[in-house]
Amino acid sequence: MTQAHSRGATPQLFERSEGVWHAAWRRFKADRVGLSSAIVVLAFLLLVLLASLGVVAKGWQAEVGVANAPPTLMGPRPPEAMGALEVPKGPNVDLSAVDPLAPRYAEIEAAAKKYQSSDSIKAKTLALGADRMGRDVLSKAVKGTQISVFVGLLAALLATLIGTVLGALGGFFGGKVGDFLEWLYNVFEAIPSILLIFAFAAVFGRGISTVVLILGLAGWTGLYRQVRAEFMKHGGREYVRAAEAIGASAYSRMFRHILPNVSHVILVRMSLLVVAFIKSEVILSYLGLGVGVEDVSWGTMLAEAQSELILGHWWQLVTATALMALFVTAFSLMADAWRDALDPKLRGAES
Amino acid sequence: MAAYILRRLWQMVPTILGVLLLVFFLFKYFGGDAAEILGGLNATPEQIAAIRQQLGLDQPVWVQLAIYLKGVVTFDWGRSWATNEAVSNLFASRLPATLTVMLPILILDLLLALPIAMWVASRRGSLADRAIMVVTTVALSISFLVYVIVGQYLFGFQLGWFPVQGWSDSVWTNLAIYAPLPVLLAVMVGVAPQTRLYRSFFLDELGHDYVRTARAKGLTENTVLFKHVLRNAMIPILTNIGLSLPGVFVGSFLIEVFFSIPGLGREILLAVNRSDYPVIQAIAVYLAVLTMVINLVVDLLFKLVDPRVVLK
Repeated sequence: MTQAHSRGATPQLFERSEGVWHAAWRRFKADRVGLSSAIVVLAFLLLVLLASLGVVAKGWQAEVGVANAPPTLMGPRPPEAMGALEVPKGPNVDLSAVDPLAPRYAEIEAAAKKYQSSDSIKAKTLALGADRMGRDVLSKAVKGTQISVFVGLLAALLATLIGTVLGALGGFFGGKVGDFLEWLYNVFEAIPSILLIFAFAAVFGRGISTVVLILGLAGWTGLYRQVRAEFMKHGGREYVRAAEAIGASAYSRMFRHILPNVSHVILVRMSLLVVAFIKSEVILSYLGLGVGVEDVSWGTMLAEAQSELILGHWWQLVTATALMALFVTAFSLMADAWRDALDPKLRGAES
Repeated sequence: MAAYILRRLWQMVPTILGVLLLVFFLFKYFGGDAAEILGGLNATPEQIAAIRQQLGLDQPVWVQLAIYLKGVVTFDWGRSWATNEAVSNLFASRLPATLTVMLPILILDLLLALPIAMWVASRRGSLADRAIMVVTTVALSISFLVYVIVGQYLFGFQLGWFPVQGWSDSVWTNLAIYAPLPVLLAVMVGVAPQTRLYRSFFLDELGHDYVRTARAKGLTENTVLFKHVLRNAMIPILTNIGLSLPGVFVGSFLIEVFFSIPGLGREILLAVNRSDYPVIQAIAVYLAVLTMVINLVVDLLFKLVDPRVVLK
């Protein structure tokens, strides 16, 4: 572990050496790129929190604008010329002799008066335009951010949980348990991940929680491998054997002694998974295997944007792309900075 | 050598068995009732019972498993539930289209990423290096989907350089007319991560002692790069290509769906949407076997490339 030894020439007996997290935080603070991207990520997380609490973007499904209303900066669309059809000038042909509904028109009109309908005024332009149903792209994008980030984080959490528990068991116990888990790992590795995702999607169906489940179940293998290696390394170290000597149970040694010492590795891996899963969710949603039709995510927004682009309505595409690019870039840079801060040995290595 | 190959093949058996079990039980217990899917919405209970009997679904689980394994061993994958096409025929007719698109992507990716990576690695920290790293970071943060949507709109629809989509029966027409746009877009997406990866491999090699020795004895920088570093860096690069080979056979789902290319990837997606289990099962097993065989071949190739490698 990177416990900095006392710097003085005569080490004092009771001076506490700097902890891993403390040292990492010190290194992280010095990394300006990492720090500013962490702020961007925090802003996104705040947005996600507000959106999930219903403070913002609650009415994203409301049709507040005219269909495909352009962004405010562009101004309202010029009215389309209606040259082809002329409005007839003469009186309508009298059909009352053959119209079977003619005697009942008065009755129908009286019944209709019981209901009130009001035409809501649809905005001609919206801040970031509207989609083909007149829904505000800005609220949609905020809601989509919530779902996409949510899916990425939860799926990464699930994959991390599976990978950590299996990796810890395999690395710590070895033997029969280890062999079994290695076999399981080999089986999952043998099937290309995208195919695994599709096979799971075929049986589990659609929806947000399903996407989380699918991505988590298909994506734990890399993390398992690394956690297993770490647990094998740590399993024989003195501090673990000392814990065993004072009677710590296997469970306690695994999760109370070793886990905190490898948690930085897990954290770095998990942050990389978040980015990968967000990208996967977008593709899955486009292919129709992701979130359902009553939800919105960056993937469904991009899927809609394909047909809009041909008509020249580019705003939804640009909004979703920009938000996603900003979040993914900030998150990857933050993950890089975490990796550099937590595990300087890995600097420069690509995952 | 022969003993090594035999042992490796023997080690594949439990893994393949595991893949078969995973696929079988996944679809058996989570996948909904096969007979009801097959019967369709208007099937009567009698019809469903008949289908169930025909497929052996009324038998105990282990009998069903035996039927399934027997089909796998005898290469009888059965027929697609949706189209009644033999699954083996599906492979033969869909794979060429996938390879027509994927092989050029693989080759172009390598040919582009390798020189760029070597060039920036040899100038680590320079403006060019940092610029390329920033560009690749941004390029990586944009979804593949956006590249495909915008690329098709721009090059196919607005500029009209390529057909928007399409496919023909002739390999040469496909390569010359229909494949270029999907290939171009996929390469645009694939080059960024590969450049970063290969750069890290080159940087790794550049830090070794033999590079310092080579420089110390007065070799030019180019000789060091091309004769020493490149050959050593080829090992992780080849591993990486070996790992990506199974993906070539699935094809890029997104590209095939987007450009209506009648390849394996699109077929899998269709199968998923139709709950066409025999097709998904067969493709999963086939790809798992292929992955393992490719891994073995890559390991054997290492022996040829690098005499220091000991096969054990």
